Amino acid sequence: MGKYIVKRFIMMIATILIIATLTFVLMHLIPGSPFEGERTTNPTIQANLEKFYKLDEPLHVQYLSYLKSIVTFDFGPSIKKPNESVNELLARGFPISFELGMLTILVALLSGIILGTIAALRHNGLVDYFAMTFAVIGISVPNFVLATLLIQQLAVTWDLLPAATWSSPLHMILPIIALATGPTAIIARLTRSSMLEVLTQDYIKMARAKGLSPVRIIVRHALRNALMPVVTILGTMLAGILTGTFVIERIFAIPGMGKYFVESINNRDYPVIMGTTVFYSSFLVFMLFIVDIVYGLLDPRIKLHRKEGDA
Amino acid sequence: MTNSQEVVSPQHVKDEWFRPLPKEQGKAEAVVRPSLSYWKDAWRRLRKNKLAMGGLIFLILLMLFAIFGPIFSPYSVTATDYPSQNQPPSATHWFGTDEAGRDVFTRTWYGARISIFVGVMAALIDFFIGIIYGGISGYKGGRTDSIMMRIVEVLYGLPHLLVVILLMVIMGASLTTIIVALTVTGWVGMARIVRGQVLQIKNYEFVTASKSFGAKSSRIIRKNLLPNTMGPIIVQMTLTVPSAIFAEAFLSFLGLGIAAPFASWGVMANDALPVILSGHWWRLFFPALFISLTMFAFNVLGDGLQDALDPKLRR
Repeated sequence: MGKYIVKRFIMMIATILIIATLTFVLMHLIPGSPFEGERTTNPTIQANLEKFYKLDEPLHVQYLSYLKSIVTFDFGPSIKKPNESVNELLARGFPISFELGMLTILVALLSGIILGTIAALRHNGLVDYFAMTFAVIGISVPNFVLATLLIQQLAVTWDLLPAATWSSPLHMILPIIALATGPTAIIARLTRSSMLEVLTQDYIKMARAKGLSPVRIIVRHALRNALMPVVTILGTMLAGILTGTFVIERIFAIPGMGKYFVESINNRDYPVIMGTTVFYSSFLVFMLFIVDIVYGLLDPRIKLHRKEGDA
Repeated sequence: MTNSQEVVSPQHVKDEWFRPLPKEQGKAEAVVRPSLSYWKDAWRRLRKNKLAMGGLIFLILLMLFAIFGPIFSPYSVTATDYPSQNQPPSATHWFGTDEAGRDVFTRTWYGARISIFVGVMAALIDFFIGIIYGGISGYKGGRTDSIMMRIVEVLYGLPHLLVVILLMVIMGASLTTIIVALTVTGWVGMARIVRGQVLQIKNYEFVTASKSFGAKSSRIIRKNLLPNTMGPIIVQMTLTVPSAIFAEAFLSFLGLGIAAPFASWGVMANDALPVILSGHWWRLFFPALFISLTMFAFNVLGDGLQDALDPKLRR
């Protein structure tokens, strides 16, 4: 296990380094200075600005100080909002985005697994049919479309739930539904198909023959094995949800990181774009790392290490 | 069988019992059922899947409309007509008009062109890069394979849409950059699938046979390996198209799509967002409907193809 973790850890660092380098190179490929096109075209001011953002130094020095800023977690000031640093934006926005993302994945996991399991148990029945219809629709409807429909129907026409912001649990319902529907559909489909496969296995028959209660068979014996594919896609799904928050936050006017990120894209605020990209990428790569390790711990069949005497 | 056996005494045994039957030339070897090639068989099974066929028919209709819709429409995609702005769907404007008086019906078909073009181009480029990279990696094996796969693993770990957003910010929003950005990250999945397939198939006997006849590597890859990996590759392509269409809509929605006055479904949905609360539902409804239907059609077609192209599921 230790060796595997070390190997995956090195891969993780390499991935983050590549993302950081890629971001740096791409940002410096843009012709001209970030200050061009603004009113302050006075050469002295421009030189001072470049000095302030350390753009006057040679590239390799910039690259090293950039790497240092990543390691020390200090992404410097924003260009368009000079009195705010990227760190401040992250500290303000990320907790909200994180909350939205985590609640979404929790909802998606719970409802997806329950839906998929019931569909598998009632294979080819009415519930199965409805669950799978829902699943295909859930995969096909983009989250921003769903979000607008939800706002229009539930918030505006019927006035049941608040349409925007992130101030109370009631406010969180619509954004979470909009963001969680797609992942729920994917998880339900995966759970159903792997559950169907697991239910035909001999050890389930064995458990039935032993006279275990159906609930115990499903929860202890079947689900534990059927959920492995779900754990596998959890990492990539998380990436999808986090990028999904960009759009959802914009629609629901939630003051999370997505809002600042989209703003920084539209303002071409490079330090913010760079900082957010590197931060989010590192976060996602780290989550993938965790998922991989958890996967190894969960599945008794995968031996990441080989102890002496093990088969 | 044993019950019906009767004891026959030796003197009743007739000689003719031991004469060989006249040979019926060729008949024993004849194949009674018509032989089905892999593709014919797959098509036969796909045709039985009503949902997948529905998806296929929808996509064909959509393409026809995308090609001919804007040609036959009396309205222009870009020309503004302010007197008839924000009209609900009617006999003259079937899908209504937007805030500049542009006909939503015409723009929807124009958007279909863009969306399908982005999706198909992304899938095709992924296909070529993936086949070459995955084919070489899987076929060569050993050190080459492990180095090539390390690279793929690192790229696979990159958050897709973030890289695409980054590329779009830098290259500027246009149709070409969307396709480039999507394929820069997208080919990795295809390469992994091709490599897995090639690794599996290259050890089969028919490849060994081909080698023993002195076939060159390039011939083996082209004639033996690739045709047999086509099933999973085609499935992957049909699933790439909807995700590319979604990505395009997503980027347009973030303001990184193609620029107005041209239309894609994502741009139309994005433009409709501020006015949705003032009751102009048709502005969002039609592009959203077609994004969803197209993704639905590609998804069910991909699922159907997956079942149809898998020889193990043959009945």
